[in-house]
Amino acid sequence: MNRLSLIDLLWLVIRRDMLLAMRRRADVLTTLIFFVMVASLFPLGVGPEADMLRKMAGGVLWVAALLASMLSLPRMFSADHVDGTLEQIMLAPQSLTVMVLGKIVAHWMLSGLPLVLIAPVLGLQFDMSAAAIWTLMLALLLGTPVLSMIGAVGAALTLGLRGGGVLVSLLVLPLTIPVLIFGTGAVEAVNSGLDAVSNLALLGAFLLFALVFSPFVAAQALRISME
Amino acid sequence: MAINWFKYSAPSTFYGLAGKLIPFFVWPAVVLFGIGFYIGFFVAPTDAVQSEAYRIIFIHVPASILSMFIYLIMAGYAALGLIFKTRLSAMMASALAPTGALFAFISLWTGALWGKPMWGAWWVWDARLTSELILLFLYLGFIALQASIEDPRRADRASALLAIVGSVNVPIIYYSVQWWNTLHQGSTIKFSGTSMHIAMQQSMFIMLVACWLYAIAIALSRVRSIILERESNTQWVRELVELKGERV
Repeated sequence: MNRLSLIDLLWLVIRRDMLLAMRRRADVLTTLIFFVMVASLFPLGVGPEADMLRKMAGGVLWVAALLASMLSLPRMFSADHVDGTLEQIMLAPQSLTVMVLGKIVAHWMLSGLPLVLIAPVLGLQFDMSAAAIWTLMLALLLGTPVLSMIGAVGAALTLGLRGGGVLVSLLVLPLTIPVLIFGTGAVEAVNSGLDAVSNLALLGAFLLFALVFSPFVAAQALRISME
Repeated sequence: MAINWFKYSAPSTFYGLAGKLIPFFVWPAVVLFGIGFYIGFFVAPTDAVQSEAYRIIFIHVPASILSMFIYLIMAGYAALGLIFKTRLSAMMASALAPTGALFAFISLWTGALWGKPMWGAWWVWDARLTSELILLFLYLGFIALQASIEDPRRADRASALLAIVGSVNVPIIYYSVQWWNTLHQGSTIKFSGTSMHIAMQQSMFIMLVACWLYAIAIALSRVRSIILERESNTQWVRELVELKGERV
């Protein structure tokens, strides 16, 4: 048997998770519809004045994205846990950290990336300027992977627990506050005529920091939950 | 005389030690609370700007300091437990969590009571208030995770990992919130005490020490309960003198 390189392994895990998700598209769509729905509820709640909507658009869309990504977190490991695949994955001689990274990337492509792509449409609903919409997309592109990474740790810790879905939000949401702050900060900066680059750079820094540590920590969390 | 420190890393020996130590923390705490309150209420002069309402500082500041320190200590114990697999460290971490959450809550509560007469609002989105609130959320997450896992070993290790992740995040959250606050509005609220009266300083310091002693005493007594609960089916617990005649 020839040894898998780490890149091959990563690619294998991502492809497997994508294939499984494509067989059950409803799960992906639910997250997306939830995001659109939450964002559309805000104008109904606070009133249709364009000025106010434009002002709060960044924050509303970010909070909606945060909640939507919480919604899909429990699914990250649970299906594999239930049918025993996860146990087999952990028994494999390959690096668990890299496999967890693969699952995180797949999770982001299925729950984060669709949000980034649909965000401009919602931005138009909120009467955002073109520059603000671009910044929002860029900020979401940098920020949603961080949500998936921090979320992976929470999902691994709460694996197989009763009421895990609510619990994972309780654990993860406080830790995602910096992403929320700088994500909305970027949009706000553009709205007030400033450069968004410092906010985006900080989001990028969070992304790199999370990329280095979170797969390892999530793998440790999985080991704790599975032993 | 050489003391074998590792002897007390076993729950069975630490149980007795903790029981002996508790009075040394409880009574000084009671005395110092008394002195602190006396100085705070009767000796410390009325503040020129804030009149009598400032006296809430004597409980507010120690509570805030302790809520932050206890999180770090808790994360430290959690890390010890995770690295060396010592059961007692994990028990200490879970014994500290409710006290930390309590101090965070007291800090927010007294802050609101203080804010109403001073700033005219129960709550403002000041950086320090917001990060204290997030700290309370972190404590609650730790307690909730521990409560929802039935296997105590997994509960200890999972919540330990959470505490460590949380403690790495605390500075990031703190600075984010500070930056966010300055983005949205200038820091309008500052405690503009040019120099505190000596009696105010004394009272606050005494109250701080008293709160420390209280936190240690309550954590020790809570850890004793946790030890008994976890070890209830062992021989040494059945042979404990103070439990003779009771069903464990």
